[in-house]
Parts: sequence; structure tokens; C-alpha cells
Amino acid sequence: MIEGKNIKRTFVNGKIVTPVLKGIDITIKEGEFVAIMGRSGAGKSTLLYQLSLLDTPTEGEILLNGKDTSKMSQSQKTVFRLKNLGFVFQDYALIPELTAEENVALPLIMQNIPKLEAYAKAHEVLASVGLEGRHTNLPSQLSGGEQQRVSIARSIVHKPAIIFADEPTANLDKASADNVIQILKDISKKSNQTIVMVTHEEEYGKMADRIVFLGDGKIENI
Amino acid sequence: MNALRVGFFLAVRQIKRSSKWSTILIIMVMLLTFLNLVVVSGVLVGLIEGAVRANRDFYTSDVLISPLDEKDYIENTTQILSVLKTIPGVTNTTARYISSGAVEANYKERSRLNEKKESVGTLIAGINPEQEDEVTGLSSFIVEGNYLTKNSFDEVVIGSQLLTRFFPIESPGFATLDDVFVGSKVRISVGDKTREMTVVGILSSKVDEVARRAFINESQLRAMSGRNDFNVDEIAVLLTTNAESQAKFVKEALVRNGFSDDAKIQTFVDAQPKFLQDIKDTFALLGSIISSIGLVVAAITIFIVIFINAITREKYIGIMKAIGVTKTAIEASYVLQSFFYAIIGSALGLLLVYFVLVPFIAANPINFPFSDGILVAPAESTIFRLVLLVITTAIAGYIPARLITKKDTLEAILGKR
Repeated sequence: MIEGKNIKRTFVNGKIVTPVLKGIDITIKEGEFVAIMGRSGAGKSTLLYQLSLLDTPTEGEILLNGKDTSKMSQSQKTVFRLKNLGFVFQDYALIPELTAEENVALPLIMQNIPKLEAYAKAHEVLASVGLEGRHTNLPSQLSGGEQQRVSIARSIVHKPAIIFADEPTANLDKASADNVIQILKDISKKSNQTIVMVTHEEEYGKMADRIVFLGDGKIENI
Repeated sequence: MNALRVGFFLAVRQIKRSSKWSTILIIMVMLLTFLNLVVVSGVLVGLIEGAVRANRDFYTSDVLISPLDEKDYIENTTQILSVLKTIPGVTNTTARYISSGAVEANYKERSRLNEKKESVGTLIAGINPEQEDEVTGLSSFIVEGNYLTKNSFDEVVIGSQLLTRFFPIESPGFATLDDVFVGSKVRISVGDKTREMTVVGILSSKVDEVARRAFINESQLRAMSGRNDFNVDEIAVLLTTNAESQAKFVKEALVRNGFSDDAKIQTFVDAQPKFLQDIKDTFALLGSIISSIGLVVAAITIFIVIFINAITREKYIGIMKAIGVTKTAIEASYVLQSFFYAIIGSALGLLLVYFVLVPFIAANPINFPFSDGILVAPAESTIFRLVLLVITTAIAGYIPARLITKKDTLEAILGKR
């Protein structure tokens, strides 16, 4: 479960102060698939970064699975992300010199799981996203849609409680985007993992259990 | 520990899948740095070591016996030579009679008695040609004409430093002879005896003690100097190995026999001119200074390479941190890459030094004016330099990795500066 209380995020650049999030209260239940939507500059991605511990709010507190994250050091946050969170980025964010299976196996290897076991699990997850037989391909040898599926495989391989997806369909053609959203939807249904997805595409937002609209740094309605 | 494992996992793949040319280039930089560390000081030291070895091989041999400071010759020479034959490890000896003398040339061209003689003062060495050749290989230095034989009489071999055409130094205190060739007649004076002799050979050596002497048969020098006691002035002793320990053993055996009262007994190290050791130390220091500069250049090179690599991969470093790869693991991957470059470069350097350069330069010494330079690369100092290079490189790889991994994760992912 995710609980955000009075989350504020203000960016200061010299004398320019830009408040992006202006006090957000949000609760996302375990297993829920939530889409965060809003117009450009509304603060969707900024909110996602706060909830996923990639950024630190200027004010407010975030509880992930009941754990107060405000007192965590950067190293603790890294370990927390490794064990509890999965990420899907807009531009796939695969490590270019690692093959598909190595990219997927990386969170497992980081958790001290033996390499062969990690690779076997990676193969299994890659197969589940329709990439059987592509595990030895480097990212550069895969299409955008395939790379995004590898990215999804990496985000779920270690069975995190929460998956954060930042505009996962933005760089994909319609067929690939549909496929990616369907995979996320299936994950949500089958494994009871919480999914928080930022998207600007209403069609995909509607596939979530719930849509959170952001406007001018605040939640407009839930 | 797991961070190191992940670092290794990442490093191996980064090296494997990076551009082969850039990897080769970095390894070449490390190879050249290693060579700079080892070879520059090795050649500088080898320049003097060449002189030291030549002094030993061609003059003192492994043990040199010479007169005590207050004596003109080695007393009890016959007994010393007899005892030497019984000491294990002694292969051969050569006994030399040495007398101050003069060589005069072109006296037939002097038209007036008051015309200045063309003469040089030198040491006349009376040798057993065969024995001397077996111990010091003197005949190999003949550059013109022939070496002496046991039957040579009124024949002389002259060192090249006594001849102007080989040693054109114009100094009032350093005379040389003009127009002396093989077949020329010269007058050899020892004490009050003078004999006309034929130059049968000219020898050239970078060992001054050899190149500045005139050599004749021992029996003739003995006759000229009136020496009938068979006490010689130098005995060079050749041993089975060139280990200093064996030379010390022979020296101690002679001392135990009481010969230290009759002669000065020196190992090749004792007999080595002190200035050679001083120059060797100075050159070693110079070599170390030059090598240190090379080491700094290598460190900066690796720093730049890793920094550029890390900065261009900043986004991916951010992503790795986002998915839970620790900073330590990422830093370890860069340190291990640096290790890889340093170790491969150094390993290639080791092969090149020990299997190519050292044997090649030993077979084809560098022709310095005063020595045949070799490459001196003792294993312990080479290993020290290798370890130094690897550690420096690892540090040079760690610092930029640390700088990049310290950056905020989100800023790295978004490419914000």
C-alpha cells in the first residue's frame, strides 16, 4: 500500500522557485492498478518520482507498505527499491551492454541469487512477456516494443510489491503500446502487485482500476 | 561481497561489449606506461651495469688479486696460483705482469735529435696469451691485426685508447700516437730497457683498463723488467658461476690461507670502481623520476577514460541505482575495469620485457660511448612497479566512478546537470 500525505515538491533554480506538487494526499491500495493522468506539466512524473523514492519531497511524508520513507538514507532507499519496487521507464532504460536476460536478471543478481538461477528466472519472465528466444539479444537488437517488454520483465522478475511505470507507451506504436498495457493489466490481475502508471493517453488510463487526475500540482479528482 | 560480484558481472560485460579498438587503445596506453616504468630506468641502470659487467668479464673476472698498497707485486704468487687450483669453483686464472712503461712511435721519421718524441706513457701488461684469452676473451677485442701467441716475441698488441685515430682527444695530459697501424714498429720502454717491437694487433674495448694498455708476452716483460721471482701484479680468477656468493667463498678461502698478507683479494664487486655504483644509483633515481611522471600520465589517462565512460553512461548509472544496484557495485565495476586494463597492459609489458627486450638487448647491446648498455629489469623491482601501476590505475578508475555515482539518481536518469 502507498500512502502519501501532503506531498509538496518545489524546485529552486537560483531565484526562480517553481512549486510543482502543492500538497498531495494519495492512497493506493495493495494490488491496485492506478493511472496518473493530467496535462503536460501537471506534475505526474514528479509525483511518481516522489512515490517511488527516486526523489525526495520538499514536504510531506510517504509510507510504502506501512514504512515511513522520510527517514531513509539514499543507500536505504536503494535497497528498499531493490526489494520492493519495480520500474518501467518511458525510454525503456535498459543497460545497453547487457543482453535481455542479463538486464532482467540484474535485480536478482543484486539480491545475491546465483547467476544460473537468476538467468532461469529471467528466461521464464521473458517468456511470459512474449520474448522467448530473444534473451541473448542486446537492447540494440530489439524493437522499441520488445525493449519495453524486457523493461517490464526486469521490473517484475524479483516480484516487487509495487511497480512504477512512467509513460511506458509513449515511445511505442499502437500495437506495441496495446501489448505493453495488456501485460501490465495481466500482472495486476494475476500477481496482486500494485501498479502506478503515469500516462497521458486516456485510452490506456482507462484500462487501470482507477485514474488520478493531476492539475496544477494538485489532485483534481479521484 | 555481493557488490563486488555485481561489479564483476557489470565490468566483464562492459569490457566484452565495448568497442574493441578503444579497449586495445587503453591497453596500449597501459602497456606503454608499464614499459616506461620498467624500461627507462632499466636502460639507464643498464648503461652503467653494462660497464660494470664489462669491467668484470674483460678485466677483473670474478676475483681479482692485486698487490697490497705498499707493494709493487703480489707476493707468493706461485703459492697463490697453486692454492687457487685446489679451490672448488675456480675454472681458470690469468696472471699478469704490469709495468709502467712507454710506447714510442714514428721515431724513424724524426729528423733531429731535439725533435720531440712521439711517445705515450702507459702500462705494459705481460700476459700468457692463451690463459688471458680463456679468462677474459681478450682476443675478441682485436679490431685490427692478430692476437698474441705463446711464441710472440718482440710483438705487441696496443689498446685503441693509445692511438689518435681511435681516440682523438686533444688534451695536454692525454697523449696518443699518430699513424700507428698493424705492422708499424714501435719502441717499448720498461725501466731502462727499450726494445723495438712490431704492432701485431690493435684491440678496442670500452673497459679503460684494457683499452689503455699495451700487451706483450709475459716472458718478454719479465726479461725487460728483470723480474725472476715469478711474482705477478694481477691475477684474475674465473669461477664456474658468476654469483657473488661464489666469489666471496673463493676470497674467503684465500684469506683463510693467509694470502691477505701477500695481496689484495677482491671479489668483482669489491673491485668495481665506486663511481660506477654511484652513477648507477643516480641513474636509478633519474629513472624513477621519469617513471613517476609516466605513472601520473597513466593515472590521468585512465581517469579521463573512466570519467568519459562514466559520464556518457550517467543515465544508465542512474537507472541501475533506481532498480537497486548499489553505488559500491557500480564503483566496483569501474575499478575492476581499470584493473583489467592495467593487468592486461602490464602482462603484455612483462612478456615484451622478459621475452623480447631483455634477450634482444642482451644479444644486441646498446652502443653507448663508454659501455655496451643492457636492459636491467630485476624481477622484484618489476613486480613492485607492476603493483604500483595497478594500484594507481585502480584509484584513477575509482575517483571518476565515485564522482558520477554520487550524483542524484533522478538527475542522472533525466540527464540534468
